Amino acid sequence: MNVALAKTTTGAVLDGTFAAARGRLPGVGTVAETRQQAFDDFARTGLPTRRIEEWKYTDLRNLLRDVAPLAPAPDQAALAQAAKLVETLGTGDTQKLVIVDGVFAAGLSDLTSGGGVTVHALSAMLDDATSATRADLLRSRIVDPMIALNAAFATDGMLIDIADDAAPARPLHIVHVATRPSVAAFTRSLVRIGNRARVTLVESFVATESAKAYQAHDAVVIWIGDDSDLQHVRVMEDAGDAANIATAIVTVGARTKFNTFSLTTGGGVSRYQSFITLAGVDSELSTNSVHLLRDKQHGDCTFVIEHAAPNCLSRELFRAVLDDRAHSVFQGRINVHQIAQKTDGKMMSRALLLSDEAEIDNKPELEIFADDVQCGHGATIGALDDSLLFYLRARGLPEKAAQALLIQAFVGEALESIVNDDLRDVAISAAERWLESRA
Amino acid sequence: MTALLEVKDLQVRVEDREILHGLTMTVNGGEVHAIMGPNGSGKSTLSHVIAGKPGYEVTGGEILFKGEDLLEMEPDERAAKGVFLAFQYPVEIPGVTTMNFLRTAVNAQRKARGESEYLVPDFLRKVREVAASLNIPMDMLKRGVNVGFSGGEKKRNEVLQMALFQPSLCILDEMDSGLDIDALRVAADGVNALRSPDRAMVVITHYQRLLNYIVPDHVHVMSKGRVVKSGGKELALELEESGYAQYEDAAA
Ligand SMILES: Nc1ncnc2c1ncn2[C@@H]1O[C@H](COP(=O)(O)OP(=O)(O)O)[C@@H](O)[C@H]1O
Ligand SMILES: [Mg+2]
Repeated sequence: MNVALAKTTTGAVLDGTFAAARGRLPGVGTVAETRQQAFDDFARTGLPTRRIEEWKYTDLRNLLRDVAPLAPAPDQAALAQAAKLVETLGTGDTQKLVIVDGVFAAGLSDLTSGGGVTVHALSAMLDDATSATRADLLRSRIVDPMIALNAAFATDGMLIDIADDAAPARPLHIVHVATRPSVAAFTRSLVRIGNRARVTLVESFVATESAKAYQAHDAVVIWIGDDSDLQHVRVMEDAGDAANIATAIVTVGARTKFNTFSLTTGGGVSRYQSFITLAGVDSELSTNSVHLLRDKQHGDCTFVIEHAAPNCLSRELFRAVLDDRAHSVFQGRINVHQIAQKTDGKMMSRALLLSDEAEIDNKPELEIFADDVQCGHGATIGALDDSLLFYLRARGLPEKAAQALLIQAFVGEALESIVNDDLRDVAISAAERWLESRA
Repeated sequence: MTALLEVKDLQVRVEDREILHGLTMTVNGGEVHAIMGPNGSGKSTLSHVIAGKPGYEVTGGEILFKGEDLLEMEPDERAAKGVFLAFQYPVEIPGVTTMNFLRTAVNAQRKARGESEYLVPDFLRKVREVAASLNIPMDMLKRGVNVGFSGGEKKRNEVLQMALFQPSLCILDEMDSGLDIDALRVAADGVNALRSPDRAMVVITHYQRLLNYIVPDHVHVMSKGRVVKSGGKELALELEESGYAQYEDAAA
């Protein structure tokens, strides 16, 4: 009874938001129809609650209460603030594609095409009435209320095409900047990578001082062809009272390597859900995810991996360092399809609890329909080792510094998985910022 | 002149059991003291309490270091002021390279003393020089602290730190345990190189053998949480002959 009521209420409130926003959302005709459908799909459930199995540990109805109103397009002042922030990112020489409050900021971005790379703003593509397939930009194969909500509201993002045999010298770098309080930004980016291509893709989420209690809703859809290599690094440093609800949907071809790293230090409430399909033979997937959370932060890292072709390897490593009353969720699901013989899939979750009140939920799931496979999962939860701490302190390290060194060691393996030196340094600096602000 | 270390009537409990029952000893700058005694007599407990390891309750007595109340200080403050314990069982710290650990530790101590940080080239030169004298290959320092080190390598790594930190009080807890004679000699040479008029050493050992290499000025016999006899280096040889049995009776 109550549930139904709550759902109706949320839906009704949001209905108003959607109606109000519609005029600003790019794309008419089929795009607008797709948005309406997506919104209807969302409205059937509203924000997911713990009664939806996939969202069991991250009850957004409870954590978010509501979807915030759509962020207004950035004015000159917001763009200037964002520009300043982007300069301080220190990500080395990357091709920056900057999105401010959900709107692609051409003036802050480097749209250089060439070397097999083409970049377009999603809004322009949605508005392109000559394209018969423009509505596909908002569609996806995954049924999930938050992906549907994203499709309904997506204002902007990137469409990146990388041709066969391309190997861009610079990493492509999508930067999300939030500048305003109490609003929601909805972004969606698509990356299509051809065969025999070698690409590095970076995503940063940052906020200016004035951005508080905002919501970032993002989706990234990636296709990787055969014999390709994608190195992906995501660093989420949203404001501590903001929400970041993001999805990655990745399809991996044959004999391809996909190495994805994500670091979460920001966001009061966050979820990063990745749906990765190994669709071609002999491919390798490696995921390294790190949560560094404190206060009452809630972070959710969810993976659904489809082994849909024979002889692929997947390695998922999750590390959480949790202080105060932070709550971390790791859900790892591996589905091995009947055809996917010789699958080798493993996942490992390790949590370091720095406080008695910190909490982690681990939910590993294996569903195997092939008979010749190797799959496994493991989880450890522990505190810092007192004998190691004493050794370091006896060598002159103050307590916090000794803890910091051991925490660095704990997440070190995941950070080491980043191949690009500059990007590894970026992740290390973000982790160091977190450690320093503990002191 | 103030003694470097004064332990006065020290009483220590672990989990409601008294381990040290009134231990007294004085160590002056330039001296080398040996503490010998059977297993379980409280030697490691004494070294841990001096270094500040948590879990020990001091129920009586005091420890003065250069006249200051050591028990009031955090372990890292003690290190910065010049107390160094070479552990009987050095821990392994995966994920922290020895080099990073050494630099972090040296700079933490310097910072606590109000000194400037080591410049990286100066630091590297110093490490290289000390490592060479201890037969420690630089490659070993790129690995995690003590990870995959042999017993002898772990002990040499302790001596390496001692040489880098230049402490004024070095406590060596069973440095000889698990070392063959060659490894022992290298480590002992390293220790001897650090002997100086303003630095004291407390060498804890079960066996007399180590004291052939690090020759002490004073020898104390510990039994059941007390110093039961003190003397010169000849006391160590005497013990080698007669064993600890007589002292265990004396303490009982
Ligand atoms: N953490 C501890 N908990 C309980 N008993 C301990 C602990 N540490 C030492 N002891 C006891 O204290 C006594 C002295 O131990 P220790 O100082 O290690 O002796 P030694 O180094 O001379 O062999 C032993 O009886 C030992 O069992
Ligand atoms: Mg001992």
